[in-house]
Amino acid sequence: MAIYDTRLRRDKFYLGLCYASVVFGLGCLAIILATLLLEGVRGLSPVVFTQMTPPPGSGGGLLNAITGSLIMTFLGVALGTPLGMLAGTYMAEYGRHSKLTIVLRFINDILLSAPSIVIGLFVYEVMVVKMGHFSALAGAVSLAIIVVPVVVRTTEDMLLLVPDTLREAASALGLPRAIVIGMVAYRAARAGLITGVLLAIARISGETAPLLFTALNNQFFSTNLNAPMSSLPAVIFQFALSPYKEWQQLAWTGALLITLAVLVLSVAARVLQVRRPGK
Amino acid sequence: MTGMNDVPDLAQGRAAEEAWTAGAPTLSNLKPKISVRDLNFYYGDSLALKSISVPLYAHKVTAFIGPSGCGKSTLLRVLNRMYDLYPNQRAEGEVILDGVNILRPEQDLNLLRARVGMVFQKPTPFPMSIHDNVAFGIKLYQKLPKAELRDRIEAALVQAALWGEVKDKLNASGLSLSGGQQQRLCIARTVALQPEVILLDEPCSALDPISTAKIEETIDELTENYTIAMVTHNMQQAARVSEHTAFMYLGELIEFGVTAQIFTSPEKKQTQNYITGRFG
Repeated sequence: MAIYDTRLRRDKFYLGLCYASVVFGLGCLAIILATLLLEGVRGLSPVVFTQMTPPPGSGGGLLNAITGSLIMTFLGVALGTPLGMLAGTYMAEYGRHSKLTIVLRFINDILLSAPSIVIGLFVYEVMVVKMGHFSALAGAVSLAIIVVPVVVRTTEDMLLLVPDTLREAASALGLPRAIVIGMVAYRAARAGLITGVLLAIARISGETAPLLFTALNNQFFSTNLNAPMSSLPAVIFQFALSPYKEWQQLAWTGALLITLAVLVLSVAARVLQVRRPGK
Repeated sequence: MTGMNDVPDLAQGRAAEEAWTAGAPTLSNLKPKISVRDLNFYYGDSLALKSISVPLYAHKVTAFIGPSGCGKSTLLRVLNRMYDLYPNQRAEGEVILDGVNILRPEQDLNLLRARVGMVFQKPTPFPMSIHDNVAFGIKLYQKLPKAELRDRIEAALVQAALWGEVKDKLNASGLSLSGGQQQRLCIARTVALQPEVILLDEPCSALDPISTAKIEETIDELTENYTIAMVTHNMQQAARVSEHTAFMYLGELIEFGVTAQIFTSPEKKQTQNYITGRFG
């Protein structure tokens, strides 16, 4: 019985540790979210969505930053998703047994965990310096470079989850390879593929470092891709560090907006993942 | 009048007499749709099929029986070159389909697979509607007017004995059907392409007896238009459905013949042992 008692005690001990770490982890998250909600909601008003970022000491909104973020995120995803999907498709379908795929997967994993500031510096070097000025386009490209490895990874993983029996069944009808992939494998993996893109959007919507080196910031409303463009993360970075009350409040509100957007995307991704296709 | 009829009557009588004295229908007067000749098959370096030669006769069901791992499914996967999807599998020898060796490298695989359809062990409906599951393959090869496409789909579902159960919900997902229905949907999908040969790889092993009975009925009707090769673990099924049976063991073809003869008086000891359940 002594052995059994020891085991019971040990069980309680480790269970206690598990609870403690859950409370610690979720507690921190709860405090962050609560602070963000409290501070951010205070500044939430229609003005935020209709006015430009103000000069120090006066009121204003985040319209230019929100628009800039939307434009650059959209462009980044539009540039990065096709590249990532095609690469992931090659790795999971055509090159499944090739050495190139192993090398690609390794490099992609490095890119996946590369610090985004390095990506920002890279785009600064190859685009901003060559063009002679900061631009929204450079910002979108640096975001696209962050999107690519995320989409490559999820595309490959999700296509590998599609059972080979389904591919065989499609091939057995005499369907060419491209159609087997495009009409059957993609369709079976659709929820996962969309999830990958949503996660990539969530990932880049909070990126600051690459944008500071590429799109910089702009205190005026601009949709010109060839000029500096404002973005929520860059504005938060600038305003949060400033001594002005109004700016600090706008930084909180901007942070809340990004967090809510990411939350919505993550929940959408999760819902899609749970719902199996066709049911 | 009677004199003119005497000659054919006599000839017919003699043929029937010969068949009767032989004790079984003869194979020699049948036309093979597919002839497998001296086929070796490799998974990497390991030899899975050893010098197999076997005919598949037109408009007949040929059953392949034998213990697990004996190469039945492998043989089936050579007949539509399904193994080509995997880089380390290869076949040597000849598989003659209507006088043409389909193992030659320049064989167009998509056209071959459209002629030699296959239904797998597990039902594999595509993640789309019942209608689209059947229409999908047709649309790739033929541009049919709407009404004609609808008729083709209906005909395929009728042939697969599924029409009555799905005619009111053609837009429902193929995945919403039961296992037996899914398998019949897969048969309908294959039949819709109007292939010449249908390969069935243990089509009933995942199904309950009622669905199995329905699929066996379907197979019976299909022989009118198609040549069928079927792998099965169920010997009663082989006896019920097939005209010819091939017994395989450890990658070799041990015996091939008329089903009734294989099951009542096999020539080889191994066949006898297997069908009486002494091994396998």
